[in-house]
Amino acid sequence: MRRRMLPGFNLSLGYSLSYLGLIVLLPLAALTWKASGLGLGGLVELLRVPRTLAALKLSFGGATLAAAINVVAGLLVAWVLVRYRFPGRRLFDAVVDLPFALPTAVAGIALTALYAPNGWIGQWLAAFGVKIAYTPAGVLVAMVFVGFPFVVRTLQPVLETLEHDVEEAAETLGARRWQIFLRVILPMLVPTLLTGFALALARAVGEYGSVIFIAGNIPMKSEIAPLLIVQSLEQFDYAGAAALGVAMLAFSFVLLLLITLLQRWSRRWAENAP
Amino acid sequence: MSRRSAGWPRMLGRGLLTLAAIAFLAVFLLLPLATVFVEAFRQGAGAFLAAVGQDEARSAIRLTVLVAAIAVPLNLVFGIAAAWAMARFEFRGKALLGAFIDLPFSVSPVVSGLVYVLLFGAQGWFGPWLEAHGVSIVFAVPGLVLATMFITLPFVARELIPLMQAQGNGEEEAVRVLGANGWQMFFRVTLPNIRWALLYGVLLCNARAMGEFGAVSVVSGHIRGLTTTIPLEVEMRYNEYDYVGAFAVASLLALLALVTLAIKIALEWRYGDELAAHAPGGR
Amino acid sequence: MKLLPAVLTLLAALATTAVAAKNVTLLNASYDPTRELYRDTNAAFAAQWKAQHGDTVTIRMSHGGSGKQARAVADGLPADVVTLALARDIDVLAERGLLPRNWQQRLPDNSAPYTSTIVFLVRKGNPKKILDWSDLVRPGVQVITPNPKTSGGARWNFLAAWGYALRQPGGNEARAKAFVHALYRHVPVLDTGARGATNTFVQRGIGDVLLAWENEAMLARQEMGGSDVEIVVPSMSILAEPSVAVVDRNVDKHGTRAVAEAYLKFLYTPQGQAIAAKHHYRPRSPQVMAKFASRFPKVQLFTLKEVFGDWNQVNARFFADGAIFDQIGPGN
Repeated sequence: MRRRMLPGFNLSLGYSLSYLGLIVLLPLAALTWKASGLGLGGLVELLRVPRTLAALKLSFGGATLAAAINVVAGLLVAWVLVRYRFPGRRLFDAVVDLPFALPTAVAGIALTALYAPNGWIGQWLAAFGVKIAYTPAGVLVAMVFVGFPFVVRTLQPVLETLEHDVEEAAETLGARRWQIFLRVILPMLVPTLLTGFALALARAVGEYGSVIFIAGNIPMKSEIAPLLIVQSLEQFDYAGAAALGVAMLAFSFVLLLLITLLQRWSRRWAENAP
Repeated sequence: MSRRSAGWPRMLGRGLLTLAAIAFLAVFLLLPLATVFVEAFRQGAGAFLAAVGQDEARSAIRLTVLVAAIAVPLNLVFGIAAAWAMARFEFRGKALLGAFIDLPFSVSPVVSGLVYVLLFGAQGWFGPWLEAHGVSIVFAVPGLVLATMFITLPFVARELIPLMQAQGNGEEEAVRVLGANGWQMFFRVTLPNIRWALLYGVLLCNARAMGEFGAVSVVSGHIRGLTTTIPLEVEMRYNEYDYVGAFAVASLLALLALVTLAIKIALEWRYGDELAAHAPGGR
Repeated sequence: MKLLPAVLTLLAALATTAVAAKNVTLLNASYDPTRELYRDTNAAFAAQWKAQHGDTVTIRMSHGGSGKQARAVADGLPADVVTLALARDIDVLAERGLLPRNWQQRLPDNSAPYTSTIVFLVRKGNPKKILDWSDLVRPGVQVITPNPKTSGGARWNFLAAWGYALRQPGGNEARAKAFVHALYRHVPVLDTGARGATNTFVQRGIGDVLLAWENEAMLARQEMGGSDVEIVVPSMSILAEPSVAVVDRNVDKHGTRAVAEAYLKFLYTPQGQAIAAKHHYRPRSPQVMAKFASRFPKVQLFTLKEVFGDWNQVNARFFADGAIFDQIGPGN
């Protein structure tokens, strides 16, 4: 058994579980307890309100789309940063973390300033009749922004340690670059890409600070689910806010679990592939 | 690199890919950053310096650094432990544990502050007990630290797990067979193998810890000079119609991010081209 | 396993809120744009208190959205006094037993030492000729106002529009509802707070008119808009009464009742009133108001009580989930 080979299983798992329990699970238990004040019937009732549904749809739909965009853009950027040398590479490498460092509200204001009809980017788009700020497209832009570093930063270490001999072997066998990429490299990256997707998705679903400035926040159109939570809080309706929070959390959790399973399956598939 | 005999088409391909990546980074990341600095300096350097020179800004910087200095190391230790368990062993419920680690990412910042209020607030589970014993957690530094820990908990673990899984158990099992004890194995084999990912993880964790706004905003109480971190100071100034001041303070955070970048570059230099070489055989 | 409790204890130890004997510290939980107002007020009060009692008073400020501040105090923010945007946010604290329910009667003028009202901010030269509430629902006019469900200030906007329609010749509840419904159909962006709405209007150039508190409109013009925007005062508006109160439970715990009470009373003194006027709030004192009359255009004002009753009724009727705003707000 492998477990016997390496030490520290009990210690590392025990510590991880205790830490997670205290910092994450206990507080979330408090949240669930607060939400239970509403009862299951109340929760179902809450989720059947068209406005709530529309907001959840925007949050989850937008986040999925944003994560997909980030997987493509993130793979491109990570690849270029790891494989190629060009002037300013380190600077570009550094700005990848920017969405983490910038407070979300600042990011929201800055993005709105760029994409509003009088902004640097917005005025060009406005000439073509395209509106980003104050529409669901603005929500998407903010979600791409906050999720982007996740994909790049998950990919980078893996790309750096990717076995070159496989590539070289394929190359000596006469495979073309894009064939190597599609048949050899990409399958090896799939589990990592899935991780990046999951993280970008999770982050974007709950995002509030950067989205509210650019969204327009019109109910049924550009209103995100976290905004509804804030509205409940403003009514001093802690139970309603907690219930919506728990519902979002449950959806996200199921999504993350599915992605983790998909990832294991893809890894096994990659390992078993000839 | 594999073969240096790059022909024209490949050079062209590289050039195009690099341009595309730079274009994306420029539009999506550099422009917002530029906006922050443009707004910060809109009324000149004098106004900028006056805004960041206020006592409130200084105490916000101190608090931000303090909070990160507590939260990041704790999450670092957790990250290594969790990654070790996840990447080196098979056990039941592993997928579940993985999803739990990611959970803080999927909790809306609006909620992640609220949960600590529900636990430690005056109307919360432990509130009355804490009050009776004169301990304040929310609306004080511990609450800020807890909320920051919550938000940044997954970073290090998430950075390490895929890498350690990709590396496999081989080297560690080999040194064990050769008679190394657990800690020797960890410090001589595991740690060197993961150090760059670890560095990335810590830098990300730190950046996010310093920049976190939503969750911290809920537990802070916004007491000026006492419980306001830089992002909260930005928010307060913005709400007071001090537009230049808000962006000036925000640009400080961007500068802090640049400081971490400088550290990273210095480390890369100090340790040669290990990272750049990224040759598996070079270990 | 043992590390965590130890760390938590350490953190808890860091969080001491020490109150020295001679140096009194007060915490004032206020709403957003009152920073300048209270910076001046605090300095003036501290000087006066020092002169009278010899003690040094340090007043710490906490700023945030009015509702959020009320929640924070209810959840344990140790504020000695609250100075919020609407009485309702202090009522909530009274419901939780932090201060008596009759708090509004403890100080003059419903415990609102200064007032404001809702005015319009329009583009330079007023190109759309917006002079009164009825102009807001003309075709092609876009109105910027925040969401009353997330912004205390925006509730005053909503109520001002409603009250105006109600008080027109032939006005009744049905007409008021129709007017406000029409008004919100002209709202393209629903920001979460007054500040966000101001930004949308002034900086982003969205909309033709911004509904704003008078003091914030003046602040916005002074700090951001410069010569790009101007203020239009409608024929009639609501008297916005930001309220103040001592939080009994906290002052009794801190032993700061005397200072806290003196601090709030100071807001009613000629000196306190002049500071308020200087920072664009309408003073209650007729003498001080007379001195600053040129700053505050005459406008016919109605109070919340005259038209709507108290905040509990207002909330249940207009802003609760499924209430009137949810029926007629944007998106409907």
